[in-house]
Amino acid sequence: MKEKAKILDKEGVQRAFTRIAHEIIEKNSGIGELCLVGIRNRGVYIAQRIADCIGKTEGRKIPVGALDITLYRDDLALASGQPLVRKTEIDFDINNKILVLVDDVLYTGRTIRAALDALIDFGRPRTIQLAVLIDRGHRELPIRADFVGKNIPTSQKESVEVRLLESDGRDEVAIMEKD
Amino acid sequence: MSWVKKDLLGLEYLTKEEIELILDTADSFKEVSTREIKKVPALRGKTAVNLFYEPSTRTRVSFEVAAKRLSADVINIATETSSVRKGETLIDTGKNIQALKADMIIMRHNCSGAANMLARALDISVINAGDGWHEHPTQALLDMFTLKEKLGRIEGLNVTIVGDIAHSRVARSNIWGLTKLGANVTACAPEMLLPVAIEKMGVKTSSNIDEALKEADAVNVLRMQFERDEGAAFPQQLDYFKRFGITRERLAKAKKDIVVMHPGPINRGIEMSSDVADGANSVILDQVTNGIAVRMAVLFLVAQAREVKA
Repeated sequence: MKEKAKILDKEGVQRAFTRIAHEIIEKNSGIGELCLVGIRNRGVYIAQRIADCIGKTEGRKIPVGALDITLYRDDLALASGQPLVRKTEIDFDINNKILVLVDDVLYTGRTIRAALDALIDFGRPRTIQLAVLIDRGHRELPIRADFVGKNIPTSQKESVEVRLLESDGRDEVAIMEKD
Repeated sequence: MSWVKKDLLGLEYLTKEEIELILDTADSFKEVSTREIKKVPALRGKTAVNLFYEPSTRTRVSFEVAAKRLSADVINIATETSSVRKGETLIDTGKNIQALKADMIIMRHNCSGAANMLARALDISVINAGDGWHEHPTQALLDMFTLKEKLGRIEGLNVTIVGDIAHSRVARSNIWGLTKLGANVTACAPEMLLPVAIEKMGVKTSSNIDEALKEADAVNVLRMQFERDEGAAFPQQLDYFKRFGITRERLAKAKKDIVVMHPGPINRGIEMSSDVADGANSVILDQVTNGIAVRMAVLFLVAQAREVKA
């Protein structure tokens, strides 16, 4: 794969997080019962950054959990290559909370479907909202995001790479295509 | 690193990386048992058969709980009440289970090598839940998982295994696994219960438990099976407890934070005293809890390996 275009640079990524944080506050008018759950791996880092941003604005700490959806995948039985099972860590009660699910890229919607199934096993939030850094289209399920950092029209031959400080040493988003 | 084996027969046959993959995967599965809804859909539609030719409660129940928390269907076959009594061979039994479209057989058998033989004859997964004096891989894996959880690592640890080493599949699997992961293992037993040439497995031997405990970070206390030879058992038991029993007095001379393990069921007052079994160094019940996560990891990985191949 080679890089076709840079979509967001360091500042762009940061601005997106800040904007999503403010939209979350605005939509939920104050943050009585808010919590964030990121989907492993990059969704967790993004959730943490957005939570920090909300925390700074509102002057309180927002709980952040990590969700691994491997065991809920709909293609587990036909997965090519073996998925690695990672840790789910949700150390707080999600019952009756406003829960914002966070991922890096929204594509087919199947990951989100799996995440919703997993979350329901942890409790019954008052509402679940979805925040993603990138929405690249091509949905295969009736799922949409409530908060989007950037919409990017892509072809299915391309892939979107989100790189973050925590996992990749720098913040940026690029479109990759086969050479 | 991905898992490619359809079976889990023993730790002798695994690489260090494969053992670490099981332990890491188990670490992720541990959380499932802490949820209010202790179930994930990973093995929905899969059927696991518990085929036990020897009595076992904790291993069978642990596998059953593990499979159910992964949403697999579990069927238990106790051989005392099955066609085995009518003379059906092991392989015929296995082929019949396969013909029922089960996906995996979890087997306990009194003959060493039984699981290997069954695995060769079948296309479905075979998980060894103990075969004769050969191996009991999931017990050793849960022992190592518990060690890692309590002490943070395996490599470089001094682990003493005490008891009937010669007849213990738990000891054998532990020795394979621990040495592969870089622990220093001492096998401690009365001379007649130390198999010849056990040093070839990379362990030190001792017949003095106080010596063997001195540098130990952990001691794994095996169950003495005196019930197998009644008659002269009672004086033998007393003598064993005196020479090898793990007591508070003995532990007082060992490292302060020594981890005490036992695969269960415990003979209180034979291989260890009650105050040790229930004491601060004992992790015996943690082993039981961890056994579920380890067995979930094994069931998940062998099921995945079959999918990848197919």
